[in-house]
Amino acid sequence: MKKIYLDHVATNPLHPEVLDAMMPYFRENYGNPLSLYGPGFKAREAIESARESTASLINAKAKEIIFTASGAESNNFALKGIAYALQGKGKHIIVSKIEHHSVLNSARFLEKQGFVVTYLPVDNHGLVDPEAVRKAINKETILISIIHASPEIGTIQPIAEISKIAKEKGVLLHTDSVSSVGNIPVDVQELNVDLMTFAAHQFYGPKGAAALYVKEGTRIVPLIYGGIQEGGRRAGTENVPAIVGMGKAAEITKRDLQKRIDHIRPLRDSIISSTLKIDKVILTGHPEQRLPGHASFVVEYIEGEAMLLMLAAKGIYLASGSACSSKALKSSPVLISIGVPVHLAQGSVVFTLGEETTTEDITYFNETFPQVISRLREISPYSKGWEETEAPTCIAKK
Amino acid sequence: MSLAEAHQLDNSGIKFLNEPIKADSETDVIYMMCPMHLLTLDDKVKEIEKGQVLSILTDYDGALEDIPEWCNKTGNEFLGIYEDTDHYKFFIKKVKES
Repeated sequence: MKKIYLDHVATNPLHPEVLDAMMPYFRENYGNPLSLYGPGFKAREAIESARESTASLINAKAKEIIFTASGAESNNFALKGIAYALQGKGKHIIVSKIEHHSVLNSARFLEKQGFVVTYLPVDNHGLVDPEAVRKAINKETILISIIHASPEIGTIQPIAEISKIAKEKGVLLHTDSVSSVGNIPVDVQELNVDLMTFAAHQFYGPKGAAALYVKEGTRIVPLIYGGIQEGGRRAGTENVPAIVGMGKAAEITKRDLQKRIDHIRPLRDSIISSTLKIDKVILTGHPEQRLPGHASFVVEYIEGEAMLLMLAAKGIYLASGSACSSKALKSSPVLISIGVPVHLAQGSVVFTLGEETTTEDITYFNETFPQVISRLREISPYSKGWEETEAPTCIAKK
Repeated sequence: MSLAEAHQLDNSGIKFLNEPIKADSETDVIYMMCPMHLLTLDDKVKEIEKGQVLSILTDYDGALEDIPEWCNKTGNEFLGIYEDTDHYKFFIKKVKES
């Protein structure tokens, strides 16, 4: 049976060149990067070289990159580290309602520590209004954190516009770019952000390697004390093979990104146009301002889990909402935030394409998905009467 | 009472300044713990010329002893500490190549 992986926003396979680059650092060059002899020097050099490549991918300086173990860690570090560093100046933080849980839960944690958090709403396309950010800023505001691109609905936020407002008001801006770095060109100078989270496995690097970009001169309180690794800002013996892998993946991504985009965008467009021909299917997220390999829908009167399982049985792997919400069987806060009614939010499906996705894969998908929906609607308890219902007006249609 | 005041009362010989000195190079290790203040100091002193002054801003109390001691050991001149609200600014004059 064909195996078609359409869940690239969850993770990606390791690029073969990345694996080759990592292998020597498991057995041959196993030294501790802090050791003052040969194997240690080799590990240290490899980390610094990876830092250069990783920085280059987002047009940052090498010294502005702090390696971490995950996007979630980088997001926690950004929020808590800046909140603690600037609490003498103010205790107000602004985030959007569609942030990843690692941002939202860090914000909730900080609320318990006495910080005040504003959760900004988004429109039906999932966009944050920059003017709403301006209005939310007060004298106590020290940090704004807005996700760059939503993994659930694909919408890309106007970060450069928000950063203009943040700079004007003297407030730091962090963006969670886990879903954007590797999928679209991301340049920290153009976006003019102070902090940025990104993760290697989103661009064919290994899991367990991520980074937080911290603009030079920005003070941040470390999450983990105890060693001089990462300039004293993140203690702990480095995961050398993973960091080397992240550096290599960044180098390959910089080289191949436009080719990847040109390859997946028409395939993604084919999914959207084919799927929207099915009755009672709604595109979620922004119709144009979205990740190039991202297609997300709400299919009325069917559970996302049912579609996921039936498609998996046919060799097609996808997500239903975010990985976390999906597991917890909870309605996605992102979908609720863009106005999807609770009963329809259960019918969420997300397809994300990668460089190995082929035209044949998408042809097979486009043939299979309508059959799956049709079959599930036949056995759905809501099988009668849905044909006459009106589509919810609160969701943006293409 | 701040640690710096305690040191003054203790008559430990640490030089506190009433005004900051003009520095040729400045570095900031706020929120960094031991030994980052010394490693950064070592790196930054290498970057300046003999006779130039480096300032290092820290909130790490251990620096009150460590930085003057580092200057003694490396033969550089410790010019003094300017104490800000929550931070210490140390001034070091490069006397010899390290």
